Amino acid sequence: MTALFINFFALICLLIALSRDRAKTKRALIIALKSFFNIFPTILLIIILIGLLLGFVPQSQISKIVGEQAGFWGILVVAFLGAILHIPSLISFPLAAALLKSGATVTSVAVFITTLTMIGMVTLPLEVRELGKKMALLRNGISFLIAIIIGIIMGVIL
Amino acid sequence: MKDHIREKGNKRKGIRQDAVLLGATLIIMLILLSVFPEKQEAVTKALWKFFIEMILVLPAVMILMGLFSAFVPKEMVVKYLSKAAGIKAVFLGIIMGALPTGPLYVAFPLASALLKKGARISCIIAFLSAWACIKIPQEMVELQFLGPKFMATRLILTIIFVIMMGLSIERLIEWRDKNKRIL
Repeated sequence: MTALFINFFALICLLIALSRDRAKTKRALIIALKSFFNIFPTILLIIILIGLLLGFVPQSQISKIVGEQAGFWGILVVAFLGAILHIPSLISFPLAAALLKSGATVTSVAVFITTLTMIGMVTLPLEVRELGKKMALLRNGISFLIAIIIGIIMGVIL
Repeated sequence: MKDHIREKGNKRKGIRQDAVLLGATLIIMLILLSVFPEKQEAVTKALWKFFIEMILVLPAVMILMGLFSAFVPKEMVVKYLSKAAGIKAVFLGIIMGALPTGPLYVAFPLASALLKKGARISCIIAFLSAWACIKIPQEMVELQFLGPKFMATRLILTIIFVIMMGLSIERLIEWRDKNKRIL
């Protein structure tokens, strides 16, 4: 159902693009094809890891690290992991879904995705160089706090 | 030009690295599954389910990304954001950040150029944060895997907090700059 909606949305965008500018649309499709093959090995890799995770790691173990039992410490650890890891965000969603399915809390999953996307330790030096130390550190630091707050609110709502 | 070639070289190296990593993981999986045959069913079932879910949306998501990168030129982003004023600038920053695609490190030079052109700090913070985590193709994948409720709640909360963060960082930096001038 969701997949249908997404494909429909993409199709409409594609048709609009085609009616606007054929050459640009062709370029867009070439970019799409290239990025598909660029990201495909990584996606397969993460799907295999998800399969192994769900098959081998018992749910009680997962929930000890990112579930109810982990408490606030668990949330901090997940937030920190998200901040230092450099996983393409597209791939983080299936991983998050797998964790959620096997006993992780909504809070820890939301915190993980948010720090993963918003904070980039790997790109921090570049950010400091382009925008200055003050702004870069403030943005990343506050994002860390925001991610935790968003996660906690989501845990309460959902 | 040189940068371009190096970038291409890096990309090719990256793909080779990914392939090697994938091969290694495949081998590890096969070894694990042959040592623990009783886990085979659970692993292949999970693997297959996630693979199908991904392959159903991945082409569409890639097409969306391609369309955005072909139709939303950087010049447009600069044009809109360097002139925007007031609270509108923050919202425009979020929209402009959500549209184009590409990794975050593409956004930093853009943001720095915008700052030099006189864009508001809050607008730049909103732009960068939106670029990092409110990308439209990315939201599509989140919708697919985590469901509409999760995706919409996180999106709304993120927008609210990003706006607050942008405004407070702007206040903080401007207040400090002013104090420095007085001293």
